[in-house]
Amino acid sequence: MTAGRALRLAAIGTAAGLFSGLFGVGGGSVIVPLLVLWLGYDSRRATATSLAAIIVIATFAAIVQGAYGNVHVLDGIEIGIPAVGGVLFGTWLQQRMNTRVISLLFATLLVATAIDLLLR
Amino acid sequence: MIGVIAIGIAGGVIAGLLGVGGGVLFVPGLVLFLGLGQHQAEATSLLAIVPVAIVGTIRQDRYGNVRRGDAVVMGALSLAGAGAGVAVANALSGEALRVAFALLILVVAAQLVRTTLREPRGEGEIPNPSEKEACRGDGLASEDSP
Repeated sequence: MTAGRALRLAAIGTAAGLFSGLFGVGGGSVIVPLLVLWLGYDSRRATATSLAAIIVIATFAAIVQGAYGNVHVLDGIEIGIPAVGGVLFGTWLQQRMNTRVISLLFATLLVATAIDLLLR
Repeated sequence: MIGVIAIGIAGGVIAGLLGVGGGVLFVPGLVLFLGLGQHQAEATSLLAIVPVAIVGTIRQDRYGNVRRGDAVVMGALSLAGAGAGVAVANALSGEALRVAFALLILVVAAQLVRTTLREPRGEGEIPNPSEKEACRGDGLASEDSP
């Protein structure tokens, strides 16, 4: 691994950590585009590598949030178990389909969610 | 409860498909369906993301898609950022954090649209075996060829 590559990965990791801690997300929305843009990844390997990094990132952020007393474990389990089912299906599907339509539909859902949150 | 389960499934599917989307759906789902405050929703979302990421990574690794070395470097170097992010989040009011979160997902949506429209064609085809083997996810190869 070259120094340049390590530096880029460090920058991506730090940015992803910041987003994860600040917003309660995994950080994939930072990692995936930057792996593509800065390290020439194709999108499938970028999403896969992103998921692997997120294991560490989300674990650590969750622990720190736990120290603040913010984690509701039962609620986390209630949403987490269906989510695990979902990711099994999602990774299976990714190998077989063009994700462009999914990306656009998801973007639409995100906009609707943002509006909902802003109007509360 | 149905709403939470549906959001959970949706977030997991999107995470598997796009590498993002778990948290950006879990957080609003926990706020909107379970009435959690923004801080609690974010913290709880992180808890849910861990098994999703583990399972998703195991699956993706079997397809040969994970570059482990790069993932380890990013994960290891995320810790300072994560600590700082949590500290800042807890310094903000629930309302300010919710608005910031809404703006975040608008940016994510815009970025998704931009990258989707920029792709010359989708990447829906299963990679051919030789390409897959050339990129085994051990992180030892030098620069990845795009």
